[in-house]
Amino acid sequence: MTSTQIAGATAIRSFESEVPEAELDDLRRRIAATRWPDKELVTDRSQGVQLAALQELARYWLDDYDFGRVEARLNALPQFVTEIDGVDVHFIHVRSSHEDALPLIMTHGWPGSVIEQIDTVGPLTDPTAHGGKAEDAFHLVLPSLPGYGFSGRPTELGWNLGRCARAWAELMTRLGYTSYVAQGGDVGAGVTDAMGRLGPEGLIGIHTNLLVPALNNPAALPADTEQEQGALAAIKTFQTTGNGYFVEQSTRPQTIGYPLLDSPVSLAAWMVDHDTDAYYKIASAFTEDTPSGNLTRDHILDNITLYWLTGTGASAARSYWEAYGADAPGAGQALPPDVQLPVAFTTFPGEIWRTPRSWVEQSYSNVVYFNEADKGGHFAAWEEPELFASELRAAFRSLRDGRSS
Amino acid sequence: MSTTAETATGIRQFEAEISEEKIDDLRRRVAETRWPSKELVDDATQGVQLATLKALADYWTGEYDFGRLEERLNALPQYMTTIDGVDVHFIHVRSEHENALPLIITHGWPGSVIEMLDVIGPLTDPTAHGGTAEEAFDLVIPSIPGYGFSSEPTEVGWDSGRIASAWAELMSRLGYTTYVAQGGDQGAGVTDAMGRQAPDGLVGVHFNFLDAIPKELLTAALTPRIFTHAEREQLGKVAGVFMRGYISEMGEHPQTIGYSLLDSPIGLAGWMLDHDADSYSKISKAFLEGEQTGNLSRDNVLDNITLYWVTGTGASTSRIYWETGRAATASFKNPPPHMMLPAAYTVFPDELFQAPRHWVKHAYHHLEYYNEAPKGGHFAAWEEPEIFSQEMRAAFAPLRNGRSS
Repeated sequence: MTSTQIAGATAIRSFESEVPEAELDDLRRRIAATRWPDKELVTDRSQGVQLAALQELARYWLDDYDFGRVEARLNALPQFVTEIDGVDVHFIHVRSSHEDALPLIMTHGWPGSVIEQIDTVGPLTDPTAHGGKAEDAFHLVLPSLPGYGFSGRPTELGWNLGRCARAWAELMTRLGYTSYVAQGGDVGAGVTDAMGRLGPEGLIGIHTNLLVPALNNPAALPADTEQEQGALAAIKTFQTTGNGYFVEQSTRPQTIGYPLLDSPVSLAAWMVDHDTDAYYKIASAFTEDTPSGNLTRDHILDNITLYWLTGTGASAARSYWEAYGADAPGAGQALPPDVQLPVAFTTFPGEIWRTPRSWVEQSYSNVVYFNEADKGGHFAAWEEPELFASELRAAFRSLRDGRSS
Repeated sequence: MSTTAETATGIRQFEAEISEEKIDDLRRRVAETRWPSKELVDDATQGVQLATLKALADYWTGEYDFGRLEERLNALPQYMTTIDGVDVHFIHVRSEHENALPLIITHGWPGSVIEMLDVIGPLTDPTAHGGTAEEAFDLVIPSIPGYGFSSEPTEVGWDSGRIASAWAELMSRLGYTTYVAQGGDQGAGVTDAMGRQAPDGLVGVHFNFLDAIPKELLTAALTPRIFTHAEREQLGKVAGVFMRGYISEMGEHPQTIGYSLLDSPIGLAGWMLDHDADSYSKISKAFLEGEQTGNLSRDNVLDNITLYWVTGTGASTSRIYWETGRAATASFKNPPPHMMLPAAYTVFPDELFQAPRHWVKHAYHHLEYYNEAPKGGHFAAWEEPEIFSQEMRAAFAPLRNGRSS
């Protein structure tokens, strides 16, 4: 599936994705042969992904979706592979034409991929074409987490958030960046938080759109204001009605891996069942053709198709086992020191919970930016790329001047 | 799957018919499984191991006799009757011994009537199995609505209590005026509900799983002095039972996992094998080393999985966790009445946790029988049908004399 130009072990090789027609035929055949369950017994999401939504997704996938899209969209961008710590890391690397651009490494989460971030490439690297100024430009690095997309699958244990963070620091060094920032949501927020704790040379600040410390220990957070209580209640709702995927992937990634590799419709259901807000947006994109922002049917299917073609259902699930599982080598270890670097945070209104400023300030000692965006959800970069890009411009503005390079 | 129609509340004879086409499709799907890469551990801590599931797939397509399931079921008197809007499938074997005690046994998940087939001989015909005529049972083995050949409920509300009411109606339709009930796993929940409802005719219950956890035990846990150190260990195991991916997922989003269980036979097999560590290691050994524990043979295990597949009940069987989860939440506010009927309990040594006598006594004040069996695990009737039958004889012996009929 990959064509590469070979060089030394730590060399950076250019990469293009190639999807054999036979694999697409097999995918089409499997979707067409889906054996469906009966309809759920409720009229909402409370029993999971609704049959009508998934059947419409399957119909669109089979009849209307252009299977060449994933390859075309990825290959339109400069992609590379480099081996770090035994794993081939795939990444998109777009340098801005503006010289003083700030290097930024952005990490996707689950069930995401670089596909989530593709539409932020323009606004971030070429701000003058997207309502920004030359001084807002970023050089952008979008890696695929090990086990995800076109990155290699780890063949040994230990690829937890901290190890990914170290690999990203190495990647930025190899790219010659001596002063850079990092960003992430979902699992990517975990990696970015770990980078902040690690504080590698050159990293000058982080931005996240999911407050990782809140998930680690919600009970330790202030619960005085209405907003704080609302956020705690939202976390509790998620943990009691919608985190089955989280528990399963954290404890039994291999077991759920079997259907994710074998059944495209299972994979699609498992992936669109992430959180209530994203689910309803995606479901209505299919059932009513009313996408929310950039969360279109094609974009959703680009991401699912990427998971299918790379066969990464199990390996992506393993990242939860490594990060949160009780049996993982890193389980029970004390957290690294608190983040001392400048931290910026944006809370999006459709996120699983709306993070109050007080929580960010309790979690990080040096908060330089906090904002409540007026739209967007868990997949903020994907759903609202322009808004997301303008958040990153504002969030990192104060860090640009003090740079050493 | 053919039935001879009668009146709505009538009892129709039933024979299972599984089409050749369905079997061919199953064989083809198993043969064309798209497998994930191997788990990264040498044990089951990431879930069902690839080697185990591949051995199962090989045996399923290469050696398993797909006619077995139909033959085993159709060798027994099977019936169908409509109760509360659902077609209830059941096996009904009357003993030749006149004073046999009627007994209704309820399976759990991922079980079915297949688990119970090999206790039919010892229970209904004890003299051929080392027992005496006075120990005979008339046996009723129903399929829970949504399981096996019972139909799927088309409305919400089929929790343990509603199933229990249906079983009382079933026993009444069969003309039994004095009977006992038994269950493990979800069957213990149904049997617990029957005991609390105490329908006319029910004179006692037996459990091999303490479903009264967490309802009553959690309350008791607030009184720490009743727990010894060893009991705390058991309580830890109890907590572990409910921190499982399959329980979270099926309890929250049964429809989502349902797509996997309907569309991928290997996805279904993996999900079903991943119930508990003990039974998994036994089943795994049967496939990898051809070394079976008790009656848990490769063929018996595949009979059960094949039944789930051909009836297409992956989603509907999962919904019972959603239903019981809702019922459990409601019961914290409105606790069910205490059970006044005589209760009996057998602890199997390899069960998920070994409930001490006074836990059981706390849950069921009229505990008249408690025993620790020498071997067997969660699927006690399936794994050790003779020991299980011996337990039924001993547990219910004191109730036989006081019977009204």
